[in-house]
Amino acid sequence: MRYISLVLLASFISISAFNGVAAEPSAKGLEIAQERKARDRGWNNSEAKILMVLRNAQGQEATRKLNVKSMELTDDGDKALTVFQSPRDVKGTAFLSFSHVFDADEQWIFLPALKRVKRIASKNKSGPFVGSEFAFEDMTSFEVEKFSYSYVGDETINGEACFVLEQIPQYDYSGYTLQKVWIDKSHYRVHKVQFYDKKGALLKVLELKDYELYKEKYWRPIRSEMTNVQTRKSTSLITESLIFDTDLSESDFDKNSLKRAR
Amino acid sequence: MTKSIALLVTSITASFSLLANTEVTGSAGGELRYFLQDALYEAQERAYGSVFFSPETYTEWNDGEDSLLFKPFFRADQHDEDRTHFDVRELQWMHVADTWETKIGIGKVFWGQTESIHLVDIVNQTDAIEAVDGEDKLGQPMVNVSYFSDFGTFSAFVLPYFRERTFESVDGRLRPPIAVGDALYESDGEQSHVDYALRWQASISDWEVGLSYFSGTSREPELVTTVNDEGQPEILPYYAQINQVGVDLLNVYGAWLLKFESIYREGQSEDFAAVVTGFEYTTQGIFDTQYGLGVLSEYQFDEREDNFFALGQNDLMVGLRFIFNDIDGTEVLMGYVQDLDKSSTSSAFIEASSRISSHWRWKLDGYFFSSDDTDDTFYFLRRDDHLQFTLEYFF
Repeated sequence: MRYISLVLLASFISISAFNGVAAEPSAKGLEIAQERKARDRGWNNSEAKILMVLRNAQGQEATRKLNVKSMELTDDGDKALTVFQSPRDVKGTAFLSFSHVFDADEQWIFLPALKRVKRIASKNKSGPFVGSEFAFEDMTSFEVEKFSYSYVGDETINGEACFVLEQIPQYDYSGYTLQKVWIDKSHYRVHKVQFYDKKGALLKVLELKDYELYKEKYWRPIRSEMTNVQTRKSTSLITESLIFDTDLSESDFDKNSLKRAR
Repeated sequence: MTKSIALLVTSITASFSLLANTEVTGSAGGELRYFLQDALYEAQERAYGSVFFSPETYTEWNDGEDSLLFKPFFRADQHDEDRTHFDVRELQWMHVADTWETKIGIGKVFWGQTESIHLVDIVNQTDAIEAVDGEDKLGQPMVNVSYFSDFGTFSAFVLPYFRERTFESVDGRLRPPIAVGDALYESDGEQSHVDYALRWQASISDWEVGLSYFSGTSREPELVTTVNDEGQPEILPYYAQINQVGVDLLNVYGAWLLKFESIYREGQSEDFAAVVTGFEYTTQGIFDTQYGLGVLSEYQFDEREDNFFALGQNDLMVGLRFIFNDIDGTEVLMGYVQDLDKSSTSSAFIEASSRISSHWRWKLDGYFFSSDDTDDTFYFLRRDDHLQFTLEYFF
């Protein structure tokens, strides 16, 4: 649901130089993750129009259009409101999510035909988001405390020198045992994530592409492509428009605003 | 009648379109109901075809602080003249501020947390002729003010006009032996009696908590059997003045949702309490597949002994929800409800649906009723098991 946070997941930061002394892998990993988060602080709020393209193993495509409002909280995880514009049968269906640093995330769904707000079970985070290859947990905002880290080396991808980190989810009910993350050294942007399932086998690969700079500080990928290597299904998220510093306030992110979201 | 409705709908929609940012969406479709057994009562058929149309026009101004929504609904049924009906589901002006909102016009609200019955949900009348699950509602004229605070949402409703529950005509299935006749009221004001409702709802960490109060004309009638001037027996719906308090709770516990609703109602032929409580447990990726599976169970209790609409007197519902997690959004929900007092009384349902394309969706619903107890509601419906196929176009 938090498409934007996904985008967040991909935005970064620099870290102070490591004076050439090899730190402990876990300490260095944590340091990189902290810098990644620190570089993304202060983006305030944003509104995005997202195109989601789902593909099955046979290459058949289906699209969804989503409007995503996001808000940064300084002392907790972010808030996001996602509203479906298409397909038409789910138009007006909306998700509200509060990411938390320590507690379980809170999520609600609004079903417009019944005018009903339903709470979503927190364990549902490992489940797919609307039939896509993104799980609910892939959509929530990146918080340093959600993982433990290990720095495993350097690698160059897409012409960018990257740190390679292994991060293990520390929150309850994750569908993953491990995530391997490629973060570039120049801006601390995530370029690639590998997700390993409960058996330790590679499940999905996320690639974040076409980074653009907003507010002269915040990098956001225009395309995010998630491929399930086990089923060969894939999902792309394409940012069609993205604006920051809108007049959103915290009252735009509650169950009352969920009911009137369009 | 049809002409004037068409004129009304067209003129309201046209006046909307004079405003900027008007959005017209909605759906239309066809439905086929097939009953698995021969009819119990005369004039009833085996198969009923119908078509429906429900456009929705929306416009907003003042940066979305004000909005207007118009959503009429029309169904034409092949045999049942009462199921051929028109309703204004919504025609509402909404004004939103930071800490409060008002809704004036015809609207719909939903209260509650459980799945198998909705005890607390009382503002809107059930459009019972639409579907047996009772989830279709008639538009309710209202003036509503809600205040949003750190301690939850407080809402007050003034409901100036009463909507009668819809019932099948003599040509329709799913009815008592005689078609339900004209309404009787306790209040001399009849449909003009002004009703009131109050509600508080809050999310408190892992809990959803709601309290509600209603005073006015009961949405659920009692059925009265009489003899008319011509000496013919009649079944009439009687709408008493009631006071009702309700509480609804939900707790999130990992993969579990624990749900509870209870009401106490006074003013009808007996004062009573009713409770429904249960859980929904969802697990994703069952047996290493993409599928999700939900297990539901709810226990229903109602103090009333002899009431056509009090179905859950001491009943247990168990259900399964299959979530395919596919591109088409395929979902299947099936359930079985057993009366714990009378072993012969039970019912079952299946609701399946999936997307065909970005504009089309199919739905297959099945409802099955069984009872040997001549006093039971399901005894009258024991031959009304049916399948219902719907093809719906969204625009």
